[in-house]
Amino acid sequence: MTRGKAVGPYGEERMPNDRDRDGHAFRMSRRKMLKGVAAVLGAMALPAKDAPASVWETFFQKNFREMSPEELKAVVARLEKEYGAKYGKQVRVGVNPPLEGVRFAYGLDLSRCIGCRRCVYACVGENNQSRNPQIQWIRVLQLNKERGVDLEDAEPYYNPARVPEPGHFYMPVQCQQCENPPCVKVCPVQATWKERDGITVVDYNWCIGCRYCMAACPYGARHFNWKKPGLPPAEMNPETHYLGNRPRPVGVVEKCTFCIQRVRNTPGRYTACVEICPVGARKFGNLLDPDSEIRYIIENKRVFILKEDLNTRPRFFYFYAT
Amino acid sequence: MQRERLRYLRLAAAVIACLAAGAAWAQAPARTKDQSAVGALPPARGDKLFPEPAARQYPVPSPPFTPGIFPCSECHKGMKPNTKRRVLTEEHTNIVLNHAQGERWCLDCHDTYDRDRLHLVNGQRIRFEESYRLCGQCHGDKYRDWKVGVHGKRTGMWNGEKQYLLCVNCHNPHDPRFKPLKPMPPPVRPGDIR
Ligand code: HEC
Ligand code: HEC
Ligand code: HEC
Ligand code: HEC
Repeated sequence: MTRGKAVGPYGEERMPNDRDRDGHAFRMSRRKMLKGVAAVLGAMALPAKDAPASVWETFFQKNFREMSPEELKAVVARLEKEYGAKYGKQVRVGVNPPLEGVRFAYGLDLSRCIGCRRCVYACVGENNQSRNPQIQWIRVLQLNKERGVDLEDAEPYYNPARVPEPGHFYMPVQCQQCENPPCVKVCPVQATWKERDGITVVDYNWCIGCRYCMAACPYGARHFNWKKPGLPPAEMNPETHYLGNRPRPVGVVEKCTFCIQRVRNTPGRYTACVEICPVGARKFGNLLDPDSEIRYIIENKRVFILKEDLNTRPRFFYFYAT
Repeated sequence: MQRERLRYLRLAAAVIACLAAGAAWAQAPARTKDQSAVGALPPARGDKLFPEPAARQYPVPSPPFTPGIFPCSECHKGMKPNTKRRVLTEEHTNIVLNHAQGERWCLDCHDTYDRDRLHLVNGQRIRFEESYRLCGQCHGDKYRDWKVGVHGKRTGMWNGEKQYLLCVNCHNPHDPRFKPLKPMPPPVRPGDIR
């Protein structure tokens, strides 16, 4: 495969060995080898000779990070056309790059959350998760006040007439956007990585569905499309991002991206879960901005991170406002 | 020894603070007692003395009134204000005070003469769009967190224009405890996913 200019998808200059920001060598040869093996093994599954051009193009599509801006533009145009036909509406596939000087972080006030699950469904709607089979990026745990944050004792299936239930508190869990993400390290094909603004993303066209990342994630934050996602066209959100909420094929892994399609704009909207929360327990902002609510929380409130001992260094901070 | 003294000092400080607050609180209604001319608005003390600096304005949604009830002056401008504590029988019978109710009366918050506005302890009249300032007098810690977007909620742009929900969007001022909600459905158990 010939590569013309050393320019990444966002138009930034790309050094041959500077592709993996975590300091791990980008095992190009191994990846190429794997792809070769996959191509051979998959020979039987190759598109038919008379298949439309777009099927071939999809088959040979590059990893997001290897595409030049021109290549990416062509791919985006093709995807928009495909999705548009499939869902019967005009779909936008954004490729907005990380904003300069931004490192996203999230705060969740455990002294406010009442476990109403409004966030779960706002997220499903915004991010085009499969309705059937069900995929939900946010899981709300009911915990006992007496036992504190004891995940052995967590109940996700609570369903009383009203929440909160006496004696309990609630802890929503989603991708913790780790600074040191174990999921990224185990991916054999570099289909998932951490962007400069701190969002860990997945290239659904590159993911081979091995699910190593799911095994590596200590938070259960990654979800697999065992079947073709069931997304009713009427409910499909047409404002998407390549690395976020665009429709997923069967056999790939997906996860929370801090609503990458919303937040990577100037100005950028708050995430869907922040927007919907009726008690205002969810906070979001730029860790590098000293005036942001997230900095106020870290500097003034009791803050903790989940499974600190694993050294994953989450950018998702649980706190108690009172 | 040292500790004892500190304790006394602290106690004294607390007592003084309480007295001062109480005096201010009692002062507001007392000030207007003798003014009985209906419709004639006595000058509200704060309007000129304490103008709200422009930087302190927080963009908020319109107050969540019951449709049709505002402006209150539609009814009240022709009525003689009744400062007596009593059970209301003709109007507003749905309002039950459950907010430090023993010590509280409507006109602690609502202005006696300008029913379209609220008033602070210092007598300053404020619009309903600024009701957070009223709440902030007694709930300073929550007010401080609210201003930076930590208590309550801001919507809009994380790096641009934001809107603040008013305290009364979440708390009924007359009965402020947050009301429990019906939860959305729980997730499907793994075994049940088809
Ligand atoms: C703690 C301060 C406080 C007290 C005490 C109080 N109110 Fe209110 N009241 C408010 C605030 C603030 C609002 C504005 C709510 C909004 O913005 O929608 C309000 C709103 C109202 C409304 C409009 C309600 C609606 O349906 O939209 C009425 C009527 C009212 N008050 C009457 C009373 C009466 C009568 C009493 C005494 C029994 C009383 N209030 C006591 C603070 C108070
Ligand atoms: C439909 C006419 C009507 C409207 C509109 C109305 N009120 Fe009243 N209000 C009354 C009547 C009548 C009383 C006297 C009730 C009684 O004595 O039982 C009253 C009493 C009150 C009182 C008790 C003190 C007093 O002066 O008697 C307060 C406080 C009050 N109203 C606040 C408000 C506020 C604030 C609004 C606007 C949000 C409002 N009202 C709108 C008719 C109205
Ligand atoms: C004059 C002082 C005062 C003002 C003004 C005031 N409050 Fe309160 N509030 C209290 C006191 C005292 C309590 C605690 C007593 C109680 O629970 O009834 C309280 C309790 C509360 C609670 C907790 C209720 C519970 O049961 O958990 C909330 C919420 C609240 N206030 C909200 C508000 C809001 C919103 C406003 C503005 C509309 C407001 N307060 C204005 C004095 C005040
Ligand atoms: C987005 C909704 C929301 C807004 C806006 C909001 N609050 Fe609250 N507030 C809550 C919730 C939820 C609780 C927790 C109540 C509970 O646990 O029962 C709470 C609790 C409180 C309490 C009780 C003390 C405590 O820590 O539990 C006070 C007092 C209070 N709020 C005052 C205010 C004031 C004053 C404002 C405006 C400056 C305000 N709130 C704005 C949602 C809100």
